[in-house]
Amino acid sequence: MSPSNAVRPGVWTVLTPKWRSVLARLRQEESGSGARAVLLGLVALIFWAAVFGIAYRVLRYFRGVEEIGNLMAGKVLGIILLAFLSILLLSNIITALSTFFLAKDLDLLVAAPISRSRLYLAKLGETVVHSSWMVGLLALPIFTAYGIVYQGGLLYPAVALAAFIPYLLIPAVTGIAITVVLVNVFPARRTRELLGLVASGAVVIVLVILRFLRPEQLAKPEGFRNLVEYLAVLKTPTSPFLPSEWAASIVMNWLLRVADPWPIAKLWAAALLGVLLGSLLHRRLYHLGFSKAQEGAERKIRRTMRGPLARFLSPVSASKREFILKDLRLFFRDNTQWSQLILLAVLLLVYLFNIKSLPLHSGERVPFRLVTMISFLNLGLAGFVLAAVAARFVFPAISLEGRQMWLLRSSPLDPGAMLWSKYWIGTVPLLLLALIITVFTNWLLHASAFMMAVAVGTIVLYTLAASSLALSFGALYPQFGTENAAQIPTSFGGLVYMMSSLSLLAAIIVVEASPVMAYLRIDRFGGQLGGLVTELFAAGLLVGGICVAATIIPLRLALRRIEMMEW
Amino acid sequence: MIRLIHLTKRYGKFTAVDDIDLVVPSGELFGFLGPNGAGKTTTFRMIAGILRPTSGTVEIGGIDISRRPLDAKARLGFIPDRPFVYDKLTGGEFLRFAAALYAQQGPAVERRIDELLELFELTRWKDELTESYSHGMRQKLIISGALVHRPEVIVVDEPMIGLDPKSARLLKDLFRQFVDRGGTVLMSTHTLEVAESMCDRIAIVHGGKIVAHGTMAEVQEQTSSEDLGLEELFLKLTGGLRDHQLDTILDA
Repeated sequence: MSPSNAVRPGVWTVLTPKWRSVLARLRQEESGSGARAVLLGLVALIFWAAVFGIAYRVLRYFRGVEEIGNLMAGKVLGIILLAFLSILLLSNIITALSTFFLAKDLDLLVAAPISRSRLYLAKLGETVVHSSWMVGLLALPIFTAYGIVYQGGLLYPAVALAAFIPYLLIPAVTGIAITVVLVNVFPARRTRELLGLVASGAVVIVLVILRFLRPEQLAKPEGFRNLVEYLAVLKTPTSPFLPSEWAASIVMNWLLRVADPWPIAKLWAAALLGVLLGSLLHRRLYHLGFSKAQEGAERKIRRTMRGPLARFLSPVSASKREFILKDLRLFFRDNTQWSQLILLAVLLLVYLFNIKSLPLHSGERVPFRLVTMISFLNLGLAGFVLAAVAARFVFPAISLEGRQMWLLRSSPLDPGAMLWSKYWIGTVPLLLLALIITVFTNWLLHASAFMMAVAVGTIVLYTLAASSLALSFGALYPQFGTENAAQIPTSFGGLVYMMSSLSLLAAIIVVEASPVMAYLRIDRFGGQLGGLVTELFAAGLLVGGICVAATIIPLRLALRRIEMMEW
Repeated sequence: MIRLIHLTKRYGKFTAVDDIDLVVPSGELFGFLGPNGAGKTTTFRMIAGILRPTSGTVEIGGIDISRRPLDAKARLGFIPDRPFVYDKLTGGEFLRFAAALYAQQGPAVERRIDELLELFELTRWKDELTESYSHGMRQKLIISGALVHRPEVIVVDEPMIGLDPKSARLLKDLFRQFVDRGGTVLMSTHTLEVAESMCDRIAIVHGGKIVAHGTMAEVQEQTSSEDLGLEELFLKLTGGLRDHQLDTILDA
C-alpha cells in the first residue's frame, strides 16, 4: 500500500514531540503565574553571579601572578573540565538507559519505519540535552569569566562553543555505548538499579579519595621542594588523553594567543569518530538490547518486612501502620532510593572528618571563644545538611503516591492519617541524623555543655520544622508525573522549600546569636549569669515558637491542599 | 444505592458533566454507556470522591460524599479504568494495604485475601511483586482490592479491558450475584453486548448529559426506536460514522 520510495522520517521529525512539548510547557508557564518565572530567574541570576564572581576573582589573581599565573589558570580549567567529564559520563550512562531503553515513546519509534542511524542520532541529541544541561549552565559563568579576564574578544564565544560541543558529545557517545552493551548483558530494569549502586559507589570512592588526599595541601607551593618542581607539576597536563584537556587547551590557546591546531583537530575528530562508532554499535546491538529491556521485572521479594516492625507499630491504627509499612517496603525495595543512603553515610563521615581535621586542638590551647563560635556556626551547616536531606527524602513523599492516588482518595483513609504517617516516616530518621551530626561534632570540638545543650535543643526543633516544611511544600507543589524520586526536589516547589527552610534556619541563628554572644561576653569579661538566663529563656521561647509555627502551619495548609486535590 | 443530584463538572469553560440526575437502587446493575469523552470517567471519579463536583451532590448509601466522605467511601468499592498499583508491593501486600485503608485487619482479612486471590487465579502470584504482573493480572488484583472490604456499592470503569474470556465471565457472574444479594453496581463499558446481557438498566451519556436511560425497552420507547438493537440505538443517539467518511479513508 505504501510507496517504496517514501521519504523516511528525519532526525528532526523524530524529535518533534520533544521540542513541541518543551514549547507547550513554556506556553503553559507563561500563561501561569509570572511570579514563579521571576523567582526562578532571580535564583538562577544569583547563582550565576556567585559562580562568576568567584571565578573572576580567582582568575584576576592568577593573571597578576607572573610566570605561573597563566599555567595555574589552564590547570584549573583542565581540572574543572575533567571533573565535569566524569559527571557527564555517569549522567549519560544513566540518561541513556531512559532515552534508549525505557522511554514511553520507544514502542512507537521502534515500530515505525525509522532508519537506525536516524533513531540513534535523535536519541543521542535527546541524551546530550538531558544529561548535560546542568553542566552547561554551570560552565557558562566559568567560561565567561575566562573570556573577560583574558580578554578573549568577540570571537571567544564561538571558540568556547567549538570546544564545548564535541566535549559534550564524547562522554555522551561513550555513555550510550556502555549502556547499550550493559543492557545486552543485563536486562534494562536491572541495569538501572545496578547503575544506581555503581554510581553511588563511584561517588563515594571519589569523595573519600579527594577528602583523604587533602587536595588543599597541593595548593600550597611551600609544600614542594623547589619552584622548578612546582612548575613542572603545573606544566604537565593532568590528563593528556582526555577530551577535557583538549577542550581546556583550545580555550587557553585562544586566550593566550598560541597557534596550535592540534587540540581542536583531536577533539572534533574524536567526537565524530565516536558518533560513527556509536552508530555502528547501535546498529548491531540495539534491537536485541531493546527486546531484552522489555523483560526483567523483579519477581520474588527477599523479605516481607513484617513481624517486629508491625508489632512495634501495633498501637497505631491499621491504616496508619500499613501505610508506614507500605512506604518502608517501597523505599527499601527500590535500589535507586536506598542506595543514596550509602552516599549520605559517606558524606556524613566526610563532614565529621572535616570537623575533626580543624586545627583547633593541635598544639597550644585554643581560645574558648573560637570553639564556641565554630560550634554555633556548625549549627547552621548541620541545618543546611538536614534541609538538603529532607528535600531529597521527605519532599517527594506525596508526589510518589502519584498514579496510585485513585486508591487513597476513593478509600475512607483520612488524609490527616496519610500526612501523619508520611511526616513521621521522614522525621524520625532525620532526627536521628540531626542528633548524630550535632552531638558528634560538638564532642569533636570539645564544646561546652552550654553549647551542646543549645545545639541539641535547636537542631531538634529545627528538624521537626524542616521535615514539616519539606512534606508540606511537596504536597503544595506535587510532581505526580515524575517517577524518579531524585528529580522531584529539583522542581520549583523544591526550590521554594529550600528557600523557606534556609530562611527559617537564618532566623533561628539570628535569634540565638544574642544569648551566645552574651555567654561569650560573660566568659571573657565576667558578668551576671542571671541576665544570660533571662536572655537565653527569651530566645529559646522565640525559637520554639517559630519552629512550632513552622511545623504546624505548613502541615495544616498541606492537609487542606490534599483534601482539595483532584486526579 | 447511588444517587446523583444535578451533578456537574466544569473545567474552565468546558463542561465535562452537565447536570446529571440518576438513582441506582440496591440490587441493581446499572450500565453507563457513551462514546469516548462523554463524561463517564469524570462522573465515576466524582462518585469515588477523587474529583470534586463543580455543583450537585453524590450520595452513596444515602450519605452525601461531600459532607461525610469517610462514611460514604467506606461503603464503596472503586475500580478505575487504568490498573495502577504499587510496583514494589506483592499482590498479597497490596490487598492487605487496601484492606487496611478500610480499617480492616486480622485473620479474617488474611482469609478474605486468600479467597479473592484463589477466585481470580492469582494465588501463585501472591508473593510476587506486581511489577511482574500482566495488565489483566493487575486488573484482577484491583478488582480484588475493591472487594476485600465487602462494599455495598461497586463503581467500575471499563472492567473487561485486559481480561481473558474466562476472567470476564467470572466477573459477570460475580457482579450478578453481588446485586442479587442486595449490592449495587454502576458500570461503564464500551462492549454493548456486555451491557445488553448484564445490566438491569442503562444510561447513554453524550456531551456530559444523559440522553436516554431506563431498561432496554424503555430506552427504545423513549427514542422511538423499538426495532433497533443497542448498537444501532447507541449510534443513533451519539452519532455514528457515515458511509462516505469510510469511503474517503479507505480509498485514499
